Amino acid sequence: MIRAAVQTDPIDLAQELTAIEVTGAGGIATFTGLVRADDGVSALELEHYPGATDAALLALAERAAQRWSLLAVTVLHRVGVMHPGDRIVFVGVAAAHRAPALEACAFLIDRLKTDAPFWKRESRGAVASWVEPRGSDEDAAARWREPG
Amino acid sequence: MVIEMLYFAWVREAIGVGQERVDPPESVATVAQLIDWLAGRSEGHSGAFADRGRLRAAVDQVFVALDAPLGTPREVAIFPPVTGG
Repeated sequence: MIRAAVQTDPIDLAQELTAIEVTGAGGIATFTGLVRADDGVSALELEHYPGATDAALLALAERAAQRWSLLAVTVLHRVGVMHPGDRIVFVGVAAAHRAPALEACAFLIDRLKTDAPFWKRESRGAVASWVEPRGSDEDAAARWREPG
Repeated sequence: MVIEMLYFAWVREAIGVGQERVDPPESVATVAQLIDWLAGRSEGHSGAFADRGRLRAAVDQVFVALDAPLGTPREVAIFPPVTGG
């Protein structure tokens, strides 16, 4: 079961987890990213490239499902205006055993940073600024490069 | 060759629109050359495209390097490096 979506609605963890638990998995790994209140961030706005984003999330999910023989994979990313504490991204994977589940989950969160067309804009009160990419994100994504 | 241009994040803000239809000359053969040509359209365009190192592109929704051949695309997007997740 592969589910990849861009949504403005809040992410319902219980519902998403239940959907991947029923696949007969032995191990489930999940990651939830929350909006941080870094240096007084009061709001975070997520812009994306409609169409291309959905395709990017689906491609990543399919790649992970194939590479780690997953029973289920869910990749959800919110767009629009969020506030500190809000869930911004959710990755959940189900596999027969724990190792592939944990690895696939790490792969997906690392690659989401560099492969999917989302842009973050932080607001601190009335002042808004676009978030600059970090070199460490590129490094994290690069470690999943397949040999050959 | 009419191309639907899409701009995102601060590139969109600098240009002032998120989308426009353009018709570059035939001599424009790469994404970088398209950017050069677009930079002449307005002050906003030239400002947005001043630092090529901060730009990324997608041709018909596929991420490409700026020196990639353009082909005959329907849609080209120009944007900053992505910061999702």
